[in-house]
Amino acid sequence: MNLAPFRDPAIAARLIEETHRVQSRPWVIMETCGGQTHAILRLGLDQLLPRGLELVHGPGCPVCVTPAPLIDHAIALAARPEVILATFGDMMRVPGTASTLFAARAAGGDVRMVYSALDALELAHTNPDREVVFFAIGFETTAPGSAQAVMRARSQGVANFSLLSAHVLVPAAIRYLLEDPGNRVQGYLAAGHACAVLGGQPYEELAARFDVPIVITGFEAIDLLRGILRVVQMLEAGEARVENAYERVVHHEGNLQAQDAIWNVFMSRGREWRGIGLIPASGLTLKPEYSAWNAQLKFGPPAETSTEPGICISGLVLQGLKKPPECPAFGRECTPGHPLGAPMVSAEGACAAYFSYQRMPEGRDDKSPGSEGAA
Amino acid sequence: MNNERIQLGHGSGGRMMNELIHDLFRRRFSNPQLNALDDGAILPEPGGRLAFATDSFVVDPLFFPGGNIGDLAVNGTINDLCMCGSRPLWLSAGFIIEEGLACSDLEIIVGAMAAAAAAAQVRIVTGDTKVVERGKADRLFINTSGIGVISHNPAPGSCRIEPGDRLILSGTLGDHGIAVLSQRSHLGFSTPLQSDTAPLHELTARLLEACGGGVHAMRDPTRGGLAALCNEFARSAGVEIRLDETALPVRPEVAAACELLGLDPLYIANEGKLVAAVAADAAERALEALKSHPLGREAAVIGEVRKGEAGLVAMRTILGGWRVVDLPAGELLPRIC
Repeated sequence: MNLAPFRDPAIAARLIEETHRVQSRPWVIMETCGGQTHAILRLGLDQLLPRGLELVHGPGCPVCVTPAPLIDHAIALAARPEVILATFGDMMRVPGTASTLFAARAAGGDVRMVYSALDALELAHTNPDREVVFFAIGFETTAPGSAQAVMRARSQGVANFSLLSAHVLVPAAIRYLLEDPGNRVQGYLAAGHACAVLGGQPYEELAARFDVPIVITGFEAIDLLRGILRVVQMLEAGEARVENAYERVVHHEGNLQAQDAIWNVFMSRGREWRGIGLIPASGLTLKPEYSAWNAQLKFGPPAETSTEPGICISGLVLQGLKKPPECPAFGRECTPGHPLGAPMVSAEGACAAYFSYQRMPEGRDDKSPGSEGAA
Repeated sequence: MNNERIQLGHGSGGRMMNELIHDLFRRRFSNPQLNALDDGAILPEPGGRLAFATDSFVVDPLFFPGGNIGDLAVNGTINDLCMCGSRPLWLSAGFIIEEGLACSDLEIIVGAMAAAAAAAQVRIVTGDTKVVERGKADRLFINTSGIGVISHNPAPGSCRIEPGDRLILSGTLGDHGIAVLSQRSHLGFSTPLQSDTAPLHELTARLLEACGGGVHAMRDPTRGGLAALCNEFARSAGVEIRLDETALPVRPEVAAACELLGLDPLYIANEGKLVAAVAADAAERALEALKSHPLGREAAVIGEVRKGEAGLVAMRTILGGWRVVDLPAGELLPRIC
């Protein structure tokens, strides 16, 4: 796809100008997806918005919210000689209680990075004498792929494949944040890719019940600016609807085939979110008829709970209550090379985004590199 | 030996190894220094100060669109020598071969090395071969070291970078890294993209010819890409570097692949590009010199050096905001959502 139109500086400038024009008082908007957080900071987009418009960063990084005990479980499975532990690259560096999957691999565990659940199933085919466990991470975006792999494993009679499910659902987390009495977010950018699967429906009830505008938003500069402008317009007009500013990807009803795959294989249940706590009906676990492919049942339950380093405030960051630079450990004890909490590790984590893109000294002049000469 | 595979005996020092050296390496690399087959090469007096560089190559896969580990290994060290402002003259080649490598693959790779060396008028004058048991290496690793002679004084070096210098990039970013990534078996996409592996000796010669001492530093953005290079420049010269995102040349297919994989072209490896820090009054000449060569046709001024904050690399984004360009944290990982 040609992305140039969605990065056009002239269109961006017009949208920014319009946002300045429309905004009359301060608002707090949350972008729910880590991909959006990264794009905003990478583009320096927050610096261009009106002063009173505060963007706070939501819990939309599936790697960040995966609880440490579940990672510990994956590490323990990886240490078993018969197991090939397959997972997405993002998960490799995230610390559990004491270790990471990268460290597990260095210690001799067979940990493979894959790009889809079906790649993991393929590993089971090519290694019939091994047990392939797919550590399934992600929101409703990656859950259909996991579901498809499990269905295929059943239809093909693949017995040496199982799923360690860490899948979570975005709308459940948004509801949890909205129910929190301390919530100060007034409008939401819903995560475009997740909405492509579930559609706008799950957000409609939230918008109505909590009286907040929610705009389904993409990840390019123009997508983000359109989403932000729509939220501000609705806030200024006192409206609270779900709108779709990512029409090229998201249909209102979502992807029905993908939804069928999810609900055929998974059921929702309460899930612990790292740093946040138990969120009802927010996790996906395999239905009883797929127990044979459930790694938790195949290999036994995980070890008991563990704790985060005391200084890390990642829970508050993931709920949008604090910004990463407000953490006493940010950039000091905690860096991407030496992370204390998951948001500093993951490519989608808010702390990593701030560390990577925005450790700019305050009060910079605004001259471009080219303003004095040839550039 | 086309149907054969490399065996441990090929590295044993005996008859099999002799055959390998005579039938392959000597035949392909033939030159007076190598053909003497002494323990080392005796080299003529080159007439100037010397640059000396070494690099090891472990690329996976061995063959990728636009090249293979062989031309990569030769061009890589040639380019390191060029970045020191020298004209590359001689290379050594060390091979660590995993038992079982197809001899036909080794033939192709060695042929590519010979062709790359000939194209850059460089001789491979000494070498070494080791064979290790299956599983102890990944098919083939190559080390090349090289010597070049420096013709311009003062020679470029990152300590000569000064506030006011312009940064010039010789062409598009990320072609090599994305071409290689596209070949990894577990990545289900293929791009029409080719690696940019190429020797840069003519490009650096033209640049030095045009600007002489005005070329303060040169470096090729290989591992870690442009981001790592700029951070190294900023740190070793104790300056701030400011890039302009709108000036960065990136092919649409590289941008699309990066988008798909969640990668940033700033961090992707290149094997046939250079970045020069050039005095402001020489920038126009430098740009013209680069653009006069096919490998530099898409050269662009991408940023400038400031006194600012030592070690900081900042970039003005396409929207006009600012971001820091940090060193890459570790392995490049694809995203999942």
